[in-house]
Amino acid sequence: MHRGKGMKFVGDSRIPAERKPNIPKDYSEYPGKTEAFWPNFLLKEWMVGSVFLIGYLILTVVHESPLERKADPTDASYIPLPDWYFLFLYQLLKYKYAAGDYTLIGTVVMPGLAFGALLLAPWLDRGPERRPKKRPVATSLMLLALISIIFLTWESVVNHDWEKAEEQGKPVEVEIDKQAEGYKVYQEQTCIGCHGNNLQGGSGPSLIGTGLAPEEIAKIAKEGVGSMPADQFKGSDEQLKQLSEFIANLEKK
Amino acid sequence: MLQKMYDWVDERLDITPMWRDIADHEVPEHVNPAHHFSAFVYCFGGLTFFITVIQILSGMFLTMYYVPDIINAYESVHYLQNEVAFGVIVRGMHHWGASLVIVMMFLHTLRVFFQGAYKKPRELNWVVGVLIFGVMLGLGFTGYLLPWDMKALFATKVGLEIAQTVPVIGPAMKALLAGDAHIIGAQTLTRFFAIHVFFLPGALLGLMGAHFIMIRKQGISGPL
Repeated sequence: MHRGKGMKFVGDSRIPAERKPNIPKDYSEYPGKTEAFWPNFLLKEWMVGSVFLIGYLILTVVHESPLERKADPTDASYIPLPDWYFLFLYQLLKYKYAAGDYTLIGTVVMPGLAFGALLLAPWLDRGPERRPKKRPVATSLMLLALISIIFLTWESVVNHDWEKAEEQGKPVEVEIDKQAEGYKVYQEQTCIGCHGNNLQGGSGPSLIGTGLAPEEIAKIAKEGVGSMPADQFKGSDEQLKQLSEFIANLEKK
Repeated sequence: MLQKMYDWVDERLDITPMWRDIADHEVPEHVNPAHHFSAFVYCFGGLTFFITVIQILSGMFLTMYYVPDIINAYESVHYLQNEVAFGVIVRGMHHWGASLVIVMMFLHTLRVFFQGAYKKPRELNWVVGVLIFGVMLGLGFTGYLLPWDMKALFATKVGLEIAQTVPVIGPAMKALLAGDAHIIGAQTLTRFFAIHVFFLPGALLGLMGAHFIMIRKQGISGPL
C-alpha cells in the first residue's frame, strides 16, 4: 500500500483515487487443498441447504404447530412441562439429591459446572492433541454429559402422562346448538352472512362470548354498531328476544 | 452496464476490498461433502445459520399479526393460525425452526468439541459459540411464552421459579424478567416479547458477526 506523501484521493474524501484490480486472492500457499467459496463451493453447498429445507417444510406441513387453550393462571391442576430441550434440566430436579433441601445442586451447581466447563473447555483441555482418542478425559467427560442428557430427557418423556397432558391443554370448543330457536332467527335474519354459521365471525366480529347483556345485543341488532348498519333486524320482538338471549348465552369456554 | 454501475460505486466507496473480504475466500476441500461424504458434519454450523435466517424472516412476519398483551396475544396467534393465509405455515416454520436450530447447534458444538477444533488459536471463537448457545436457549425460553396458552404460561412459571432459587441474585433476576416479584402476567408477557424480539436477537447478531469474522480470519480447522 502506498504510504505518506503523494497519495491521491477521490475529491475531498478518504477513498484512494487509485483503483485496485478486482482479482481473486492467492490461496495456493494455504495449508491443505482449498477451493474458492464463490462460486465453486457454493454451487455444491446449496444442495445440502435445499435437501434440508425440503425436510423442514415437510415437517412444518405434516405437524401443525400446537396451540393449547388460552392461559388460565387460576388452573392449579395443570401439569407444566417445558419445551423438549429443557426436559433434561427439569428431570434433574426430580431426583432426591437435586431437589428439596438440595435443590441448589439441581438448579445451579450442576448446570453451572457443566456450562462453565463447556465455556472454558479450551483452557481445561490445553494439550495440542486434537484426536478424540488422544484426549481421553475431555472425550469421556463429554460422552458422559451426552449420555446423561439423553437419559434424563428419556426419563422425563416416559414418565410424563402425555394423554393427560393433551387432554388438559385442549381448547374448549363452543357447541353451537343449531336447533335452538335463537339460531333459526340468527339464520333467517341474515346475521349469518357477516357473523358466520358458527358465530365465529366473518366480515363482522365473532359473537361468541361477547360479554353483553341480551338488551344490549337487541339494541345492536336494531340500531347497528361501528360498521354494522342499523335496521339489520326485521323480525318480531319475540324473535329479537330469542336471538339476543341466544347470543348472550354463548359463553367462551 | 453492471460493470459501469459497479465502477461508479467503487470509485466513491472503494467496495472492492469489502467484496473481496466477504465473498472471496477459500474453503478447504476436507469440509466439502462432495469430496468426502463424511464431511457432512461440517454442514451443521451452516445449517444453524440457515435456520437462524429463516427464524428471523418468519418472526418478522409473525409480528405483523402478534399482539403482546394478555387479552389479545392468544387471540392473535389463534387468528394467525386459523384465518390468515399461510399463517399456519409461517408459524409452523418458526415453531419447528426453534427446535431444529437447537438440534443443529448441538450437533455443531459436538463436531467442534470432538474434533478438538477449539484449541489454539481458536479458543475465543469457541467461547463466542458457547455464548451463542446460551442466547439461543434464552430465545427458546422467552419465545415459548408468547402464544400465551396453557403450556406457555406454566412452562414459564416453572422456569422462573427455578431462576428464583439462585442464591443472592435469584429473586432480583426473576423480578427483572417477570416484571413483578410474584405475578406472572401482563408485564411478563411484554418483557418476554421485548427480550425475544429485540434484546436477544441483537445479542445474537453481534455474537454471530464475531463468530464469522473469527472464522474468516483463522480459516476452518484442518483435517484430523
